[in-house]
Amino acid sequence: MNRRTMGKALMGAAAVVALTSLGSGAVWAQDKLKVGFVYVGPIGDFGYSYQHEQGRLAVEKALGDKVTTTYVENVPEGADAERVIEQLAASGHKLIFTTSFGFMNPTLKVAQRYPDVKFEHATGYKRAKNVATYSARFYEGRSVAGTIVGKMTKSNIIGYIGSFPIPEVVSGINAFTIALREQNPKAEVRVVWVNSWYDPPKEAEAAKALIDQGADVIVQHTDSSAPVQAAEERGLWAVGQSSDMTRFGPKAHLTGIVDDWNGYYIQRVQAVLDGTWKAEDTWGGLKDKMLYLAPYNPAIPAEVVALANKVRDGIMDGSHHSFTGPIKDQSGKVMIPAGQHASDEQILKMDWFVEGVVGKLPK
Amino acid sequence: MSIEVIGPVVAAMMTAATPLLFAALGELVVEKSGVLNLGVEGMMLGGAVVGFAVTVATGSSTLGFVAGAAAGAVLASLFGLLTLGLLANQVATGLALTLFGVGLSSLVGQGYVGHPIADVPELRIPYLTTLPIIGQPLFGQSLPVYLALAAVPAVHWFLFRTRAGLVLRAVGENHTAAHALGYKVIRIRFLAVLFGGAMSGLAGAYLALDYTPMWAEGMTAGRGWIALALVVFATWKPGRVLAGAWLFGGVTILQLHAQGVGFAVPSQLLSMLPYLATVLVLVLISRDVTRIRLNAPASLGKIFYPD
Repeated sequence: MNRRTMGKALMGAAAVVALTSLGSGAVWAQDKLKVGFVYVGPIGDFGYSYQHEQGRLAVEKALGDKVTTTYVENVPEGADAERVIEQLAASGHKLIFTTSFGFMNPTLKVAQRYPDVKFEHATGYKRAKNVATYSARFYEGRSVAGTIVGKMTKSNIIGYIGSFPIPEVVSGINAFTIALREQNPKAEVRVVWVNSWYDPPKEAEAAKALIDQGADVIVQHTDSSAPVQAAEERGLWAVGQSSDMTRFGPKAHLTGIVDDWNGYYIQRVQAVLDGTWKAEDTWGGLKDKMLYLAPYNPAIPAEVVALANKVRDGIMDGSHHSFTGPIKDQSGKVMIPAGQHASDEQILKMDWFVEGVVGKLPK
Repeated sequence: MSIEVIGPVVAAMMTAATPLLFAALGELVVEKSGVLNLGVEGMMLGGAVVGFAVTVATGSSTLGFVAGAAAGAVLASLFGLLTLGLLANQVATGLALTLFGVGLSSLVGQGYVGHPIADVPELRIPYLTTLPIIGQPLFGQSLPVYLALAAVPAVHWFLFRTRAGLVLRAVGENHTAAHALGYKVIRIRFLAVLFGGAMSGLAGAYLALDYTPMWAEGMTAGRGWIALALVVFATWKPGRVLAGAWLFGGVTILQLHAQGVGFAVPSQLLSMLPYLATVLVLVLISRDVTRIRLNAPASLGKIFYPD
């Protein structure tokens, strides 16, 4: 058998497989669509994984008569992830959401072996015929938070706890700082990296260290509520992350950037049910309701709330962009000229700090 | 860094050192009795989750601390039964205890993730906390911090100034001879293991109740292993455990401060520093073999076969 005939034979085999799977599809059609979710943290982290779990529950609620859902929590990013995803695919799940950046390669590997299963990978950039990607424009929420903090800080020192120096976090810091200094040009942002998404003791230590340096607002891009609690304890302000963290610091919590996957998940599951699902990339913002601001602290004066809402509405209707030039980096070099705003690609690859951020970005 | 920052930095250092102090002092007593319990991390997590759960249920952090210590002791008794009663390998059992503690605490703690609790009341002495520089570190801490500090001379006094401590050390040096003299080797070791478990439990409870304060899976994040290293680092002397714990706590806190003021060193390297310091000191110490031999309990990790 030469290569060509082998190829033909394979195609024939593929056709047979496709036919049988179509046939079985007809049988399965009476059954519910099985949807799987893979989480990196515990669903009780009250942060990132918790919000994805809310999305799964929303799917159950909206389409419960047509789908059944399964989730696996605490899946480490790496070889174990592949096993978990494969397990879901092998057990008849036809749509699988892998919700963390580190699941990217395992997802693609499994997707290759299960061409009739559809995959959705959060925050990644690699797609395939049956792998779509999705993420939220977290930086838009940070512009609103920065506007509020700019009016609320007294010491003009903001403590910012970062997880990893990746573009998603860096663009958040920059968007926050730009909005902050628009309100308050004297304010500066001090960044401490804890090199983890979820390490409550370390996040608490970082928050306390920043407070000891004079910060009166603690902003976090990590997933635990420890920084909010630290700010509450010291009677200062905090901005939460991923989930509404008000109850961890009822006095301290100014607002927070809340991820909202509910609408997206329902829409994508519906697309599979309708047969209109495509492997595309979705990068939604405030406008698409993929994130929103947690309820504002009642202690924020009405005019500051109005200011924040103006920024939020501006972003939503497209009249305001988080990265509107002129924007200078730390050395004073103009990165985005006046009259322009950063392109999506610039935001997705951001690896420099804007003016007003103290500390060097690890490369 | 200005002078006003020094007070808070030292204060933060002391709180970062507290869980290490508890756990390392407990393990020191265990090792002095000739038993190597590598399950510190697991017992800490057990103490953390039970302490947290009891505090949520009763609203009293004092009860939480007591329950945390009890949970650590219960886990330690499991280790004691296996290694002292059934003569299982101590290293393997200790490792198993850590793995068991990690899993069990996650299971028990499922319903407690993200539960807010009230803070541990701080022991504040009027006027003294406002003293410049030393005010906050010396007088502005919560009660467990002082407890951990008090445990250092207490353990030292017990080991080196009391008859019971002498017997415990004798058992750790040569269990056959101690047995021949009529001392109950197994019982003494079991009590030491229980004490070690209770101290690890306290360390965990401190993390979950005061330091963070919240329960999160695997929240000890390797502190149990650091405590184990500290015992060797300190060449089995309580005073040096204190020095080691402060060194570790100091590096942990200082690296965060260095980042905050924009110190141009990669944050990953700074995060590594505490562990690097531990490795470095261990290497330095192990160069001096006689010192280790003089202080290390001669029967450490050896199984005692009663006749």
